[in-house]
Amino acid sequence: MTGEKIIESMKPMHDRSNGLGGGFAAYGIYPEYKDFFALHMFLDDRAARKSCEALLRETMEIVHAERIPTRTTPAITDEPLIWRFFVSPLRSVLASMQLNEEECVARAVMTINTQMKGAYVFSGGKNMGVFKAVGFPEDVGYFYRLEEYEAYSWTAHGRYPTNTPGWWGGAHPFALLDYSIVHNGEISSYDANRRFIEMFGYKCTLQTDTEVITYIADYLLRKQGLSLEEMASVIAAPFWSTIARKDECEQKKLLYLRKVFSSLLVTGPFSIILGFDGGLMALNDRLKLRSMVVGEKDDKVFIASEEAAIRVMEPGVENIYAPAGGEPVIVRVKEGKF
Amino acid sequence: MLCIDASHMDYQQLNAEIKSSSGDISITGCFGQRFIGAGLEHRHIDISGTPGNALGAYLNGACIEVQGNAQDAVGDTMNAGRIIVHGSIGDAAGYAMRGGELFVEGDAGYRAGIHMKAYGDKIPVMVIGGKAGSFLGEYQAGGVIIVLGLSESSRPIVSNFPCTGMHGGKLFLRSDCKNILLPKQVTGHSATVDDLTEISGYVQAYCELFGGSYEELLHSPFTVITPDNQNPYKQMYVLN
Repeated sequence: MTGEKIIESMKPMHDRSNGLGGGFAAYGIYPEYKDFFALHMFLDDRAARKSCEALLRETMEIVHAERIPTRTTPAITDEPLIWRFFVSPLRSVLASMQLNEEECVARAVMTINTQMKGAYVFSGGKNMGVFKAVGFPEDVGYFYRLEEYEAYSWTAHGRYPTNTPGWWGGAHPFALLDYSIVHNGEISSYDANRRFIEMFGYKCTLQTDTEVITYIADYLLRKQGLSLEEMASVIAAPFWSTIARKDECEQKKLLYLRKVFSSLLVTGPFSIILGFDGGLMALNDRLKLRSMVVGEKDDKVFIASEEAAIRVMEPGVENIYAPAGGEPVIVRVKEGKF
Repeated sequence: MLCIDASHMDYQQLNAEIKSSSGDISITGCFGQRFIGAGLEHRHIDISGTPGNALGAYLNGACIEVQGNAQDAVGDTMNAGRIIVHGSIGDAAGYAMRGGELFVEGDAGYRAGIHMKAYGDKIPVMVIGGKAGSFLGEYQAGGVIIVLGLSESSRPIVSNFPCTGMHGGKLFLRSDCKNILLPKQVTGHSATVDDLTEISGYVQAYCELFGGSYEELLHSPFTVITPDNQNPYKQMYVLN
């Protein structure tokens, strides 16, 4: 699927954002570089790019680097330099540091985002990429020429910042490695979550709450090896009274997850879509304080905050339903399809 | 009747066109425009497509009929009139509704009837043909909510935490409610003949709109939920 349809779906959702952030994540877009991590970066100037490249070369090979193609449009202004680097960590470095390649890349991303002035990595997975800017999402899609990319899954977001600044890095999706998050809502547990997750090497640098959910996903899924369903039971844990009504085996598991990862319970309204290599997971907060609708048509699944956004993409959509709060909707691409 | 093709209109254009016209309206190609019919009196609006959030907010006597699903906050704070949805509705339908009628053929999302209230002859009514999500009738202070449970899903007729904070009005569920957990400030009892007489007109109206036999429906067990007394939350926080 090219980016055209999802851009269309954002048009009737125009009033859900205020032009201070729009973005997309696309999976399966770099088949020719699918074995390399694609780092998408905002850079203030040429000097920032040079020093960033030098830093990357210390631990990895850069197989290809280029400016991400954009269009000039009056709707998007003040853009930084926007580059992508396809990289592969050096085997010798991995061996001596005793790291796997994901951890090596994740550490490099954290180092650049916290220590390098004027450089910021906003996407770094394999065969996927985030495209974001300050602007309305439909204009951001036009700016990045997303109709020229083909992906097996797309997510999109229009931002309406209420508590934190609207800037290029603050637009959604937020990504680390191949995990990306779009989020509609406002997390009241942000600081509790941040304090916990920063103990494990993550640094929250983006002045917005959504970032922390991305790191929680990476921590629980990649580092702790939880399943997507288990991750949902941690961040949108059922109430004690709801757990008490489950069967014994289920109770045991839910109590374990609530107790062990109590600091990763995300409270406040949220409706999120987590993108990952091979699929998507949609999840609402347990009180369902934000809306979410799911529909299907043939071999496609659609998820949106409003049914109207789905109808624009697929007027004949079937099996429309609203998942309950805390009930994850997990969609996986058929084996071998990408 | 005025026909409006809304497919390329934003919500302001569409609502301006509705306001500046007189008489009944048929809207086609609706894609998420908000506030349709807000505050409207004495007219009929027929909608094909998917109307946006806050459909019929502050409605004041008009009738809105949707051929399909509606989104969140249908009938927000409506005062009078009727909204008919030939499909399902999203969350927070009838939020703070204070009069009028809302008929939904299918299911309702979370928080249907939240803060519904009544005064004097203003008695709002919501009839949900299918099933309701969690927090049905949250903080209900007045009016009547009826859930018929007619959709085929395996979900219970109402999900978790119904009637939380309820302190007025009545809630009818077409079920014996054996597995429904209610908060301790409210009581559910099997509907009496008098209870059913009270809602028979509404159930009949539902069947006239969407089909089915209201006599048959009223023959099934109903549970009526009401708050325990005038002040069920006395001394919850302070002596009041």
